[in-house]
Amino acid sequence: MEYVIEMLDIRKEFPGIVANDNITLQVKKGEIHALLGENGAGKSTLMNVLFGLYQPEKGEIRVNGEKVHISNPNIANDLGIGMVHQHFMLVDPLTVTENIILGKEPTKFGKINLKEASKEVKKISDQYGLSVDPDAKIADISVGMQQRVEILKTLYRGANILIFDEPTAVLTPQEIKELISIMKKLIAEGKSIILITHKLKEIMEVCDRVTVIRKGQGIGTVNVAETNENELASLMVGREVVFKTEKKEGHPKQDVLKIENLVVKDARHVTAVNNLSLNVRAGEIVGIAGVDGNGQSELIEAITGLRKVESGTIRLNDKEITKFTPRKVTESGVAHIPQDRHKHGLVLDYSMSDNIVLQTYYKKPYSNYGVLNQKEIVKKAKKIIEEFDVRTPSESTLARALSGGNQQKAIIGREIDRNPDLLIAAQPTRGLDVGAIEFIHKRLIEQRDQGKAVLLVSFELDEIMNVSDRIAVMYEGQVVAVVNPKETTEQELGLLMAGSKRKEAGEVNNV
Amino acid sequence: MSKRTVNLLVPIIAVLLGLLAGAIIMLVSGYNPILGYSALLEGVIGNEYNIGETIRQATPLILAGLAVAFAFKTGLFNIGVEGQLIMGWFAAVWVGIAFDLPAGVHVIVAILAAAVAGALWAAIPGILKAKLRVHEVIVSIMLNYTALYVTNYLIRNVLTDNSDTTERIAETASLRSEFLSSFTDHSRFHWGIIVAILGAIIMWFILEKTKTGYELKAVGFNEEASRYAGMNVSKNIILSMVISGALAGLAGAMEGLGTYEFTSVKSGFTGIGFDGIAVALLGGNTAIGVILAGTLFGALKMGALNMPFEAGVPNELVDIVIALIIFFVASSYVIRVFLERKKRKGAK
Repeated sequence: MEYVIEMLDIRKEFPGIVANDNITLQVKKGEIHALLGENGAGKSTLMNVLFGLYQPEKGEIRVNGEKVHISNPNIANDLGIGMVHQHFMLVDPLTVTENIILGKEPTKFGKINLKEASKEVKKISDQYGLSVDPDAKIADISVGMQQRVEILKTLYRGANILIFDEPTAVLTPQEIKELISIMKKLIAEGKSIILITHKLKEIMEVCDRVTVIRKGQGIGTVNVAETNENELASLMVGREVVFKTEKKEGHPKQDVLKIENLVVKDARHVTAVNNLSLNVRAGEIVGIAGVDGNGQSELIEAITGLRKVESGTIRLNDKEITKFTPRKVTESGVAHIPQDRHKHGLVLDYSMSDNIVLQTYYKKPYSNYGVLNQKEIVKKAKKIIEEFDVRTPSESTLARALSGGNQQKAIIGREIDRNPDLLIAAQPTRGLDVGAIEFIHKRLIEQRDQGKAVLLVSFELDEIMNVSDRIAVMYEGQVVAVVNPKETTEQELGLLMAGSKRKEAGEVNNV
Repeated sequence: MSKRTVNLLVPIIAVLLGLLAGAIIMLVSGYNPILGYSALLEGVIGNEYNIGETIRQATPLILAGLAVAFAFKTGLFNIGVEGQLIMGWFAAVWVGIAFDLPAGVHVIVAILAAAVAGALWAAIPGILKAKLRVHEVIVSIMLNYTALYVTNYLIRNVLTDNSDTTERIAETASLRSEFLSSFTDHSRFHWGIIVAILGAIIMWFILEKTKTGYELKAVGFNEEASRYAGMNVSKNIILSMVISGALAGLAGAMEGLGTYEFTSVKSGFTGIGFDGIAVALLGGNTAIGVILAGTLFGALKMGALNMPFEAGVPNELVDIVIALIIFFVASSYVIRVFLERKKRKGAK
């Protein structure tokens, strides 16, 4: 018996599309097996088939060599398959133990035996080095800890095969390191892991083998030891991928955005942006590096008019826009690719075409005397969908139905198409695969080359280093340093981001 | 089966299931369901008079349904349609009595007064929601009672001198029509149905065709994204309630200017506003759906009156059938699952 899981020639159709076509995935006992593919390649569908949420049209599934029919998730559970979801399925006000036993409560005369359960949870936690406090409330623990609770949940239910769905998407670099060591520990204890991801670095670091799928087709399985990131990327995307985005030397001109002594408070009325000054010139990309929660979101919200400015000024092309409403900011020539595309960027229940005119619907030619002109709206949507390679069945498809990468491309298309003087991009590539990231970086640089000012906020140092012409490091609501990406290293940036090295104010302004 | 077909089938199946369950209850209680339902049908379309009365009954129900549906489509639950309707009824009658205007103009002014009264009454929960984040359901429920007692006071002390019933409105303000009445055998069938259909067309036009509708729906779906897009979220919440309230006020005008031609002190709610919720639900919150659902409700209510006479079935039973239909619509999820499963089996 060599394989714990075998999915052979799986085919799954949905009306109009084949989501999985003859995909074979074989996982050996005790290995970490990566499932690699672009957004929308069919990874989730395949895992949902394994988990019993979908029934395949063709193909067979074997667990420990025996053919099985998984018609619902309970059967998957009984077979020892557990899923660690990307979006945690936890009840915030309950404790860790209560969450873990939910649905499988140990009872004594009809009364839940919480003490016993808590002990059991502690035991499993210790065995795998998870160090989770069984009596802590979910609401009080960090995202990384919550993920461990999800892992514990599957272990408590006796899982031998753990599926991790994009587990690192929500974690900090430190938490990712810890997760990797937990995964190694799980393997050492005889578990097998399927890791769904599109992050090549992680695959190279922890996985034994990797199965690649592209556009619903199984491309093949390779040993990680015998491959490299470049090869994996081209297998996944189907063409060569450039990691280092090519760009010419920038020629920055006059100031487009000029922020002086800006103070902004966050939702809890705590000062989030603290006396910050920053300028972005025409024809340059300024990257804001920083750990999440150091005032980046509030800064962007202040510029775009979504958050009140306490003091200080924001000028756009020498005109003060500090107190402008979001609409006036937009009309002054600012485009904004928001950090959370579901919360801010799109009305998910609107069609793609209605989303394309989200800020321009009231203007001619989309509206005449208050009546929408659907013909013009559809025309514009078609143009952007084509130019920005948004893969959607049609422009009348609901935004909700698209994959994250395609939603993001539509937003970027919409924002760039408005021909802004200043383009603000907040985490523009979050959760996207290398193909989409490359595309988006190219577009940002293209905007720069056309003489636009671009302000990029990202938590990914790679991205900041790669795309920016200048890097402003934000720490506790202030710009603590402005550095040239050619003259700095990730280590130096990391230190600055942690607040351990502050440059003098004089140095900050003249880089 | 396309999504459209399913959306269409769900209410139809719900109605059939409701009627079926009603038949079973009649059987169990010792009545003949065939006799009962033929009496119901007779009461709806048996003669010209009944047809006229059915349409008359359906008219305010359609408008109340539109009021609920409009708010719902923009992310609000206007449970205060009842109160807005009472205010509209009062305003229409007041204009009908107190003003002396030429024929044609008078009735239009009275109808508009009803719409304005409903709109203002609905603006209160709208403003509170937009500015202070108070939930519209709580405020509008309480305002139903306020409307009831305020109008009772005004009828006693302003429109009349301590009387329970106002005088009749001026003939120039009436929606009644000799013509409509004569060919439906002296029913109270009035021009209001035109107002209801216009209301439906206006709702459809605003929501589907205008930039205002685009904003209203966007705010209903996703406030944050609407703010990001530069829309005024508060303004849109208030506007949505105002339009919904205007439709509710029109429903009141139907009663004040068409059915009764007066208003009187009420001991309780008319119930039309609450039926409007069921009508909107059954009609899938679409303009055309609400017209159909409102007509069905009107028909059931009219037909119910005939059941005790012809089949001896107590008309409380018809209330049970209506309740069962609402129950099956509300649990349409079950019907949907059933249809989906059937579709999947059919595909295999």
